[in-house]
Amino acid sequence: MAHGHPELSFREKYVFSVDHKVIGLQYLITSFCFLLVGFGLMGLMRWQLAFPGTPIPLFGHLFPADLAPNGVMSGEFYNALGAMHGTIMVFLGVVPLAVGAYGNYVLPLQIGAPDMAFPRMNMMSYWLYLPGGVIMLASFLMPGGAAQSGWTSYPPLSIINPGQTVWLLSMVILITSSLLGAINFLVTTINMRAPGMSLWRMPVFVWAQFVTAILLLLAFPPLEAASVLQLMDRVFHTSFYMPKDLVILGEAYKGSGGGQPLLWQHLFWFLAHPEVYVLVLPPMGIVAEIIANNTRKPLHGYKTMVFSMIAIGVMSFMVWAHHMFISGMSASLGNFFLVTTMIISVPSVALMTCLVFSLKGGSIRYSVPMLFALAFIPLFAVGGLTGLPLGLTVTDIYLHDTYYVIGHFHFVVVSGSIIALMGGTYHWFPKWYGRKMNDSLGLVHFWGTTATMVGIFLPMLFMGMAGASRRLYDPTAQLHNLPVQGWNVVSTYSAYLLALFQLPFIYNFFHSMWAGEKTPENPWQATTLEWACPSPPPHGNFEKTPTVHRGPYEYSVPGRKTDFWMQTDKS
Amino acid sequence: MGKYGWSLPVAASSYAGSIDFGIWLIHAAMLGIFVLWGAFFIYLLVKYRARPGVQAVREDHGPASGRMGELKSLIPDAFIMSFEIALIVFYAIPVWSRIKMSAPDVKDPVRLEVVGEQFGWSVHYAGPDGKLGPRRQDLVHFSNPIGLDRAAAESADDVVMGNEMRLPVDRTALIDLLSKDVIHSLFIPEFRIKQDAMPGMKIPMWIKPTKTGKFEITCAQLCGFAHSLMRGDVFVQTQEEFDAWYQGRLATMPATAKPGSAAEDF
Repeated sequence: MAHGHPELSFREKYVFSVDHKVIGLQYLITSFCFLLVGFGLMGLMRWQLAFPGTPIPLFGHLFPADLAPNGVMSGEFYNALGAMHGTIMVFLGVVPLAVGAYGNYVLPLQIGAPDMAFPRMNMMSYWLYLPGGVIMLASFLMPGGAAQSGWTSYPPLSIINPGQTVWLLSMVILITSSLLGAINFLVTTINMRAPGMSLWRMPVFVWAQFVTAILLLLAFPPLEAASVLQLMDRVFHTSFYMPKDLVILGEAYKGSGGGQPLLWQHLFWFLAHPEVYVLVLPPMGIVAEIIANNTRKPLHGYKTMVFSMIAIGVMSFMVWAHHMFISGMSASLGNFFLVTTMIISVPSVALMTCLVFSLKGGSIRYSVPMLFALAFIPLFAVGGLTGLPLGLTVTDIYLHDTYYVIGHFHFVVVSGSIIALMGGTYHWFPKWYGRKMNDSLGLVHFWGTTATMVGIFLPMLFMGMAGASRRLYDPTAQLHNLPVQGWNVVSTYSAYLLALFQLPFIYNFFHSMWAGEKTPENPWQATTLEWACPSPPPHGNFEKTPTVHRGPYEYSVPGRKTDFWMQTDKS
Repeated sequence: MGKYGWSLPVAASSYAGSIDFGIWLIHAAMLGIFVLWGAFFIYLLVKYRARPGVQAVREDHGPASGRMGELKSLIPDAFIMSFEIALIVFYAIPVWSRIKMSAPDVKDPVRLEVVGEQFGWSVHYAGPDGKLGPRRQDLVHFSNPIGLDRAAAESADDVVMGNEMRLPVDRTALIDLLSKDVIHSLFIPEFRIKQDAMPGMKIPMWIKPTKTGKFEITCAQLCGFAHSLMRGDVFVQTQEEFDAWYQGRLATMPATAKPGSAAEDF
């Protein structure tokens, strides 16, 4: 207890903790749980997609009759599952995992800070996130069920459908949590760096979190405001988004005014496109850390990577309407967003190029985290490349809202971001618990996960090419989907196999926590600051404030005995 | 069946070919990029695997040190960027302008409007006078889903169909797309056309079918619990067949708003 912290009670230490490491792990476990829940919802939907109209095995009869009569999923239930799957995965799963968990735990350590700048606010972020998530889940129990209008919640549908009020309330809470976190990350990175930790000595992961925090801070307030407006439309029958003369199921709609449904789409995507980069940049930072460590050489183009991330951050605010090419907004506006979308692909390609070139000249250790980091590159590349025909106005006319889109962004976020985040768990686990995760189980998890992910998402691209629309409760109701229906079966079984391959990961995680192989302070022989303190680090992190002498990736410097030169080493 | 398969459905409109060209061109390029990068990636993984006694070579000490090394890594980016610029300038903007930003200036188009609602499409033809009859919200009724004012002179030769669209082949159809309730999206895969129907807006679009046959209209924007059932058929016919059908339908249209053939399934 270098800083003389008094002994804490269990409640202060593990529940209402202000320690960034405990909060980070709270985020980690909670968001992994939400990922599992979101995955489970998808498992139910995938049954309906592969075998429409047949009772869901095992679970079908557990649902009340209005959701799943005779065990067969209803259209309303399918839509609720779809909306909640998207919402949970994005807002309760990947973002809290990438930012709340890894950012919280690793960022202060990597810059040599004793904690976050505002520890209590940090605690508040988590304690808004958890109830926000619980409220979101609880919406399934409300009369009428959970929100049914997609994670995008386009009005007027979202305003007339049940479940949306709770969704909006929960979103307002979650956004507030994210905003508090973003402010904390920014202030911490700017003010709390150890002596000698200049901006150009910060690891790529810190840069990624820094850019991400700026995106969250600037992009979320418009959605928070937009959500409040939608709440007004629902609860007080205002008409921000409700145009005049609406006739719903044969009745003139009373809340109909001079509103504009397109307004919501603009406000939503103004958040949700930067949000895509929030989902992607921190995992890319993780991949960069793991690659530098396991190739035993500096990253190729560290500054190129940082500038690319900043460029992506700036550009991400200028591309949102490429989600809206055929929404009815002015078609000439499409040309503008087409150009900005192609511009943002330039720094993205630069980032990927740097990651690949980083391998050149290396001495590559194929550790489990490295396998995940390497798998990220080609799988994410498929996601990036399939974005091209969607970002191009003309080809998007056909591919928009088809399964091609679903395949595209799942390659980006699942076999991209989530693969990288899993790799991060194997990489930093020794720091969290002073023990290592089992390698054999890790290999089973790795190969099983990557193979089944491809099995889920590749068929989606094929279905999309054949014109199968997304969000169809029963794809076989449309003739042009029939020839590709078999791909839905492949996708579904791959998804169930993917679930199976998560069991070794879950077991490995909890078993290694107590019984894993004990590791020293710096088991990967890494150079960055988080490996210069005990594992797990005590409250306050460092014995004494570290001084930073060099850049983050000084590996294999000629003339030195060891092939790594820590940032804290004097000589 | 032949129309549908594992890949793009049959191309049956004047611009379907342009869209397919882009889709195949981009996929060929994507495949090329992926294979080249993949081969290079695997080469790196094998060549630079950890071997005892071999240390990693830093770029600032190796042959490719300094700024030149870093610039070289931007070469692939430059290639991809040139490809994208060419796509934008020579393909995307011209074709997009032709399909979505303007309608072809033809003398005698088929004029119609398509109105989406939960969960069906009403197809309203302007008829020989080329003028769509006015619609009024207060006339909307189960039997008159779009609220067509049958008393107006423009309505006299109008035909309203439910979930069925007929178009004469090789003739341009100018369509106004509307929605009564929530957002729908008119998607006809064989025509490669998709356009959201936004309540409160009238969105112009055009189609020139080039093949006769029966195709599928679907809704591509989530519109509620029966979204996947919101479908209809497009029949592309010769001009003579179309005219004969139109006259036949016109005879069955009610003179004033009363239960008619346009009744909804739902």
